[in-house]
Amino acid sequence: MITIIDYESGNLRSVQKAFEFIGTKARITQNPKDILSAEKIVLPGVGAMQQAIEKLEALSLIDPIKKMITDGKPFLGICVGFQLLFEKSTEGGGSKGLGILPGEVTRFENNLKVPQMGWNQLQFQQQSCPLLKNIEDNSNVYFCHSYFATPEDKSCILTTTDYGEAYTSAVWKDNVFGVQFHPEKSQNIGLTLLTNFVEI
Amino acid sequence: MLTKRIIPCLDVKDGRVVKGTNFVNLRDAGDPVEVAAIYDKQMADEIVFLDITASHEKRSIILDVVKKTAEKVFMPLTVGGGINSCDDIRELLNAGADKVSINTSAVTNPNLIKEASEKFGSQCIVVAIDAKKINEAWEVFTHGGRTPTGLEAVSWAKKVESLGAGEILLTSMDADGTKDGFDIHLTKAISHAVNIPVIASGGAGDLNHFKDVFEKTDASAALAASIFHYGEYTIGDVKQFLKQNKIEVR
Repeated sequence: MITIIDYESGNLRSVQKAFEFIGTKARITQNPKDILSAEKIVLPGVGAMQQAIEKLEALSLIDPIKKMITDGKPFLGICVGFQLLFEKSTEGGGSKGLGILPGEVTRFENNLKVPQMGWNQLQFQQQSCPLLKNIEDNSNVYFCHSYFATPEDKSCILTTTDYGEAYTSAVWKDNVFGVQFHPEKSQNIGLTLLTNFVEI
Repeated sequence: MLTKRIIPCLDVKDGRVVKGTNFVNLRDAGDPVEVAAIYDKQMADEIVFLDITASHEKRSIILDVVKKTAEKVFMPLTVGGGINSCDDIRELLNAGADKVSINTSAVTNPNLIKEASEKFGSQCIVVAIDAKKINEAWEVFTHGGRTPTGLEAVSWAKKVESLGAGEILLTSMDADGTKDGFDIHLTKAISHAVNIPVIASGGAGDLNHFKDVFEKTDASAALAASIFHYGEYTIGDVKQFLKQNKIEVR
């Protein structure tokens, strides 16, 4: 069973429905105990990082999430849930993240439209990641974001995507996975990715 | 590279697709969930439901349609029509919509754009602008194109961007229904004026129209209804044509 963390930010139901569609039970919870007993965690999210971290703090969810990650349980962060893995963001005048991975989240500063909204390609930087099993290099997935993450440790970069410049669109470090795009909205490729996460 | 989006739009009234569609092999051509599934198979990049239900009592029907669609189709879904408050938006997002499109109430209460984008994030707040050329400028209309507002479209577009809108759905009332092509001048003016994505709408009649709007303007997406519903072209036909013309699509 997948445990989806509810911090009252957006599209939890979409993520849950996608797991249900591929035949996996997914519970939505904001109870720290449920997180501590979870087999696999998904931290979804849309909206702003500042509000997200404040909400996680208010719900006393930060320590349980960190403990699960330290214990080696598979973790998948989506969009803001991915950005939260990093130490800090420049969003809203500066916001801190969970600090699981060293690095910073900053706004797109190019002459392209922001938010980046739509389908863009994944350039694989690693070939053997179980999360990308049965997914081809250069596949299109759905993005919707104004900020992007730059990891300090380049070895955790799983895919990059080009928007004015190449930026990190997915990371992988041990049991921690994060994707800037929305697998729950990326049709078959997204569902394949979620199936892979279930099977890890 | 970010690809250009092709978006079919369904007008939904009392939970049914208005005028129906022309797909064969559909059990119920008036069922928005089934039609959405067809467009999903055709690799549409998003789907827009425009709820034109008049009666306030029947407004909750769209929530059920959105819920059922989101259980079957895993692609971005935008819902517009009759949205007046943050509560309306929350209900739609909870039902499974990814974005909401606000039109009349954005004009009557611009603060809604600000409030909603702060609460739910800019990425899910689309402002729909219906514009018509009056003398040498474009005027914004509301209430499904019935009410002139006195607002000039380019400055209104800049205003909604500054209030936090994440995208603009731009319909040319002059082009809409003509099948003579998208309104290049209007789309160019608005898409150059703002830094948020603009969806061009109104006038699509053949494949060249999609090529034109992407080559001649900064539109990020093109929306069409009848050209897809009546099976004249599939989404795939449009994309193949655009690819042949070196326009990046999925």
